[in-house]
Amino acid sequence: MAEGKKNTEKVVAVNGNMITIEFSDRVMQNEVAFAKVGGSNDVKLKSEVIRVRGNRADLQVFESTNGLKVGDEVEFTGELLSVELGPGLLTQVYDGLQNPLPLLAEKSGFFLQRGVYLRALDRETKWAFTPIAKVGDKVRPGDRIGSVPEGVVTHYIMVPFAWKGEWTLESVAPAGEYTVDEIMAVAVSDQGEKRNITMTQQWPVKIPISDYAEKLLPEKTLVTQQRTIDTFFPVAVGGTFCTPGPFGAGKTVLQHAISRYAEADVVIIAACGERAGEVVEILREFPELEDPRTGQPLINRSIIICNTSSMPVAAREASVYTAVTLAEYYRQMGLNTLLLADSTSRWAQALREMSGRLEEIPGEEAFPAYLESLIAGFYERAGLVRLRTGEIGSVTIGGAVSPAGGNFEEPVTQATLKVVGAFLGLSRERSDARRYPAIHPLDSWSKYKSVVDAKEVEFARGILRQGAEVNQMMKVIGEEGTSLADFIVYLKSEFLDYVYLQQNTFDNIDGASSAERQRYMFDRIYKVLTGSFSLPDKDTARSYFLNLRQMFMDLNYLAMDSREFKEQEAAIEAKIAERSTVNA
Amino acid sequence: MRKVYHKIIHIAGNVITVEADDVSYNELAEVTSARGVSLAQVIRLADGKVSLQVFAGSRGISTGDQVRFLGREMQVSSSEALLGRVFTGRGTPRDGRPEVTSDMVDIGGPSVNPAKRIIPRNMIRTNIPMIDVFNTLVESQKLPIFSIAGEPYNELLARIALQAEVDVIVLGGMGLKYDDYLKFKNTLDEQGALSRTVMFIHTAADPTVECLMVPDMSLAVAEQFALEGKRVLALLTDMTNFADALKEIAITMEQIPATRGYPGDLYSQLASRYEKAVDFDSAGSITILAVTTMPGDDVTHPVPDNTGYITEGQFYLRHGRIEPFGSLSRLKQQVNGKTRPDHRAIMDSMIRLYSDYRSTLEKQSMGFQMSAWDKKLLKYGKLFEKNMMDLSVNISLEDALDLGWKILADCFDRNEVGIKTDLVEQYWPEAKK
Repeated sequence: MAEGKKNTEKVVAVNGNMITIEFSDRVMQNEVAFAKVGGSNDVKLKSEVIRVRGNRADLQVFESTNGLKVGDEVEFTGELLSVELGPGLLTQVYDGLQNPLPLLAEKSGFFLQRGVYLRALDRETKWAFTPIAKVGDKVRPGDRIGSVPEGVVTHYIMVPFAWKGEWTLESVAPAGEYTVDEIMAVAVSDQGEKRNITMTQQWPVKIPISDYAEKLLPEKTLVTQQRTIDTFFPVAVGGTFCTPGPFGAGKTVLQHAISRYAEADVVIIAACGERAGEVVEILREFPELEDPRTGQPLINRSIIICNTSSMPVAAREASVYTAVTLAEYYRQMGLNTLLLADSTSRWAQALREMSGRLEEIPGEEAFPAYLESLIAGFYERAGLVRLRTGEIGSVTIGGAVSPAGGNFEEPVTQATLKVVGAFLGLSRERSDARRYPAIHPLDSWSKYKSVVDAKEVEFARGILRQGAEVNQMMKVIGEEGTSLADFIVYLKSEFLDYVYLQQNTFDNIDGASSAERQRYMFDRIYKVLTGSFSLPDKDTARSYFLNLRQMFMDLNYLAMDSREFKEQEAAIEAKIAERSTVNA
Repeated sequence: MRKVYHKIIHIAGNVITVEADDVSYNELAEVTSARGVSLAQVIRLADGKVSLQVFAGSRGISTGDQVRFLGREMQVSSSEALLGRVFTGRGTPRDGRPEVTSDMVDIGGPSVNPAKRIIPRNMIRTNIPMIDVFNTLVESQKLPIFSIAGEPYNELLARIALQAEVDVIVLGGMGLKYDDYLKFKNTLDEQGALSRTVMFIHTAADPTVECLMVPDMSLAVAEQFALEGKRVLALLTDMTNFADALKEIAITMEQIPATRGYPGDLYSQLASRYEKAVDFDSAGSITILAVTTMPGDDVTHPVPDNTGYITEGQFYLRHGRIEPFGSLSRLKQQVNGKTRPDHRAIMDSMIRLYSDYRSTLEKQSMGFQMSAWDKKLLKYGKLFEKNMMDLSVNISLEDALDLGWKILADCFDRNEVGIKTDLVEQYWPEAKK
């Protein structure tokens, strides 16, 4: 890397958010540069080199290019697109380039004024530093110098990942209160080079942080407190999943529910090219909501990367990388991080727009040919790892996909399905029938471990499958042509759907179902599913199951340790005993 | 005085290319030809060549005509004097009255900082049960009406505009038939709403490029009023024409099309307009109601499809009724918890039962025997369609909820409606208890 290099070149063409420059010195792929609008220093637009041809380079500009002229100057920085890592990231709201949005609002008001770039971390806050390393210690990149408490987590100050080789600590700051820019340690290399370690470091977003001993197989379930997910289509700690669905099927509501209730240490929400209103909900609600596991506001474990649909497209492309880099950084502290990206299709569209401007030969639906490898590369940054300290850390990635026309055959969905471990497909039929969450119970799949017994889950899915078949059949041969036994299977599948698969996100109790509660409830429901009942005709059967359904639904709205819960349970027992033909 | 250029080297579609220097991206120019003077906008710079889209179209432009760059971008007035006025897509008066040139602001300004938005919290009452009860419209929402040609979407738009309590209405018409424009104007006039309305109208006969300007002009004006604390309702009809205009320019510029000829940035283009809908922290708000006609009634067509992913729900208008399936107001949860405790329960259970009714109808049409349950559903479905879905129903939310309970009680037993027992206790009509 040519550090300190700062050459200046000139614009020769402007096409939307892409500019072409002619250079005399040298440029680096993905190097960051600033285009000066009208040649002045007042408005400088951040941009990134995306292609070099001969003595010309194409740059994507992260802002509106209005007002740029042929001949305007472009300043190169000699650095890749990077983020700043350090204490104070949690609770922040950034745009795709790690600009803190609330600070930006203080500075420039209602609108996102272009060319304003602020530091990502607060420079004034003092952090209580406790040293871990001692003077004379030999350290490598990623080794811990000390720690500071940051909200719910212990934030380790590490030797910058970008450094190479072994260093000897010449000094380490004593315990005390420091700002992020103060020097925490001084290190000397074998060649005698001396460098300072502060609380912050830079890392290029498009390169994974790979400072760990080994990658492990994700086995433990990441409890999201959503019954359909944890029981039927579980997600693993360090695994990947995707939630494709047509618009209006409830992707975002589901992602929000997961972001609230998932049992992860740090949650990073990347609102990528979606509605600003949805982010505002998170921004305003998370500081108010309490995380039951820590007793602190939810925002204390969250970072929000917000590059909504009307914000510049190129920054949208950067935002998912910014988000995953932050997730990897907290993983290095032995934490379980969860990244929720909504939606990866918008990121893919940003790639497509740029590819079109570059006049590359288009692949399917004009997406670039390298789409698949980029998607795979992104999801591969998830994983469960054993750090060099022996601790376990993880990055779990969940991506929403917004397929054009709700058709899962399109390139982004297909490329995603190839690389994820769980597929939670949302369906239009279910959302039209108000059966939320609209995760399709037959089409979806997961390779991870459920919170309840696998055999019982398989049996329950069997009931759902048979129920769907009977339902199809009934449409052809009518209810009167269906046998009573088949009809009861259908009623059981509907019962399971209503009282277990469907969950009311907007209810305080039903919205979050702990693993323990899921096991308990599933056990009760399993008994109904496997039970046999004396039901003489279809009308009696229907009304009996409607009754049961109502009683179980009421139970779902009651706190498990409440007296009402026990009473309702007893009532259900009695109801089951009424018709049950098996002596328990 | 700015330089005048004479060397037009390329004319195709509505785009001309001229050799010029010291030109900014997105700048405006005046093209003077035998047909008169037209505005044009810079859409690409490449070395010494500048491509411009000509508002009046390129017909009649000769290679020797003059192009004068204005050194500014497209602007619109933001003064109160706009109220009650009608303009074209490029901002010239359509009503024969003088131009308004005070307080000019750039159009297509930057996006609102999400940190400056607040959670929408006010319901907009329309007295249409299919909206108020089932898909409540919320201040600062962006919502399209998905429809096919021939449906009364413009009438619906006008009715909502008149019944909604807002300070300013901005109407952006794109590719409007001239009589549709007159109808809009007359309806607003009759109800005395014209004096709080600003109109930017592009009719089907006007040049395509002007169609592209309409949303930006309308929303720039809406934004200025909202910043002054006004509650603004922006009506955009029909956004499919806007998308088609985008397609036309993109193809002329030889961009690689993504799906069905539309450019790859269709999503971003639509989003940057719809995202102007906002509830400002300590200022006014913009609510956007748009019409998106679906070619061939196909919701997977790129325009309605991309729109659905951007907007906060959609209303399907079909056979003169707002369809309960597919119609959705994403923001309804923000307000329908505060109206009446039974609002959500009525909303969910009535739709669920209506969906069951539809499957029963299918069964019936195939000649199957109807069970006792099916008969109940059939009765319910008919009542629901007649008393709730019909667009002529004009009742308040509270009356509509009471009506909902009445319909349920007329058709079902208490434990068949799938509503939590305590709500049933409270609201089930007395006579049926």
